Amino acid sequence: MKSFLEISHIDMVFETPKGPFTALKSVDLKINKGEFISLIGHSGCGKSTVLNIVAGLLKATMGGVIINDKEVTTPGPERAVVFQNHSLLPWLTAYQNVELAVKQVFHKTKSKAEIRDWIEHNLKLVHMDHAMHKRPDEISGGMKQRVGIARALSMQPEVLLMDEPFGALDALTRAHMQDSLMEIQDELKNTVIMITHDVDEAVLLSDRIVMMTNGPAATIGEIQEVNLARPRNRVALSNDPEYNEIRSNVLTFLYEKQRKIETITGKQSTLDETEIKEQIA
Amino acid sequence: MNTLMDKITFNGTESTKLVVINLLKHVSQSIALPILGILVFLALWSTAANNIDTSLGKFPGPGAVAEQVVNLYQEHRAERIKAEKFYQRQEERNAKRLAQDPNYQPKIRPYTGKETFWDQIITSLITVMSGFLLAAIIAIPLGIAVGLSRSLNTAINPIIQIFKPVSPLAWLPLVTMVVSALYVSDDPMFAKSFVNSLITVTLCCLWPMVINTSIGVSSIDEDWVNVSKVLQLPALKHIQKIVLPASIPAIFTGMRLSLGIAWMVLIAAEMLAQNPGLGKFVWDEFQNGSSQSLSRIMTAVLVIGLIGFLLDRSMLSIQSLLSWNKQTDLR
Repeated sequence: MKSFLEISHIDMVFETPKGPFTALKSVDLKINKGEFISLIGHSGCGKSTVLNIVAGLLKATMGGVIINDKEVTTPGPERAVVFQNHSLLPWLTAYQNVELAVKQVFHKTKSKAEIRDWIEHNLKLVHMDHAMHKRPDEISGGMKQRVGIARALSMQPEVLLMDEPFGALDALTRAHMQDSLMEIQDELKNTVIMITHDVDEAVLLSDRIVMMTNGPAATIGEIQEVNLARPRNRVALSNDPEYNEIRSNVLTFLYEKQRKIETITGKQSTLDETEIKEQIA
Repeated sequence: MNTLMDKITFNGTESTKLVVINLLKHVSQSIALPILGILVFLALWSTAANNIDTSLGKFPGPGAVAEQVVNLYQEHRAERIKAEKFYQRQEERNAKRLAQDPNYQPKIRPYTGKETFWDQIITSLITVMSGFLLAAIIAIPLGIAVGLSRSLNTAINPIIQIFKPVSPLAWLPLVTMVVSALYVSDDPMFAKSFVNSLITVTLCCLWPMVINTSIGVSSIDEDWVNVSKVLQLPALKHIQKIVLPASIPAIFTGMRLSLGIAWMVLIAAEMLAQNPGLGKFVWDEFQNGSSQSLSRIMTAVLVIGLIGFLLDRSMLSIQSLLSWNKQTDLR
């Protein structure tokens, strides 16, 4: 079967003063329409680079991304991005932030009234209709992120790209946001690529979890299918043996196979399994 | 029930008391301290003034300045009345001639009396504002272009860095010569002296505005630029919707800086070039050398300071009106 989104043989080499640095090496991934993919890995492994290449904000040194038989060359609203730090424009209200996106994408196809309805519909979807005329500095971090998601959804993207969307939120708010996102996903069935650090978040939300090895020359280590029935409930799942097995698989990958040692100087060094064993011995 | 009511009213009066106390504290902090500062300054000034003797008499103290404020105002009134009378006489004369000879083309001549202190203040204010606005019209678009384009920045930066430290007064002779060579017209809209001062002001406003605007534009949050890229905003819309609002705080920092410099430079330029304005007033009084001169100059000094302060405050209020970033410390 032909896949909807294909990340094909991507290499990413950054030129640094110390010479070329290979961040990614042959990253290959096929994603089906409506699939929810999580990218998980230690910080600095190049997850964001993968996402930015799909978004078109970075250009891969080798290889490329094909969506719907078209190669990605520039950023565009059909690949909406939810940034980690909400990135709302602080001089605009929540409504105006979404409006900027909707007007840009639909100014030819929607009438004024339709545009207004569509903005309000998307803000309702993320439960932000009560505060849509507030500015970002008047609402909480979770609410800002909700507006950021509404802005991305309002573009009706083919793929929704989320770069650690809940990373800056506290645990309770994060749980709320995850529930909201699942609800929206049940309704819209978007194709989503989400970067996360949080194993529980990855298992709860995804259809597949893509685990990345540590850089330099990071690539896809393992892919974990998550075939848990939807709608998923975090409380019920906590006693589910399948859930726990998946969770432990991801944890094993991250903390045993791809363990990252923080040295005292704060510099991060990566060691493979055998080296760790040697060290322990 | 009664006791409860008592309690509530008791609490009520108690909290009003607290509010009043806090208010008093606030008032004493924000009003009493500055007044105290001014009083101490006046005391030091008048003691110092009493002990300085110059060839034109004692250095003017607060009393002498207050006297001159009244004097200058009365001179201004007197001059205005003279002018009114002049125009009245002229009108009557013209009406008479017209009655005798219907073909007569009435001549209207402007009053050419001495410019008063008030006139000089207005002249200086108009000059500084026009020069400042002209600079803003040039510098803000240029700053945005330089901030957006790294290559333009690299190309222009050395020129800006070299001209930035030049005192605009050094330009003044060149400006004067160029204006008198190029600004030739039978019926000039502006006086040459005004154009000279204006260009000098513009020259000194230009650099801080270009530099601050370009820094503001080039240091826009990368996330916002990415938002614009994802939305595929066209260049003009990108500038209008993202760049301009994002760099308003930096633009205003540059504008306030340059307005402050411009006001200082203008006074010096007026003194040097004998162009009408507060600077000329100071210089004329100095040349005059009467027993009142020093106190008049001192009055001018205080007025210059006060106007500079008001200019800065008004820029600040425009900034806080336009800026989205209410957290910036507005000092």
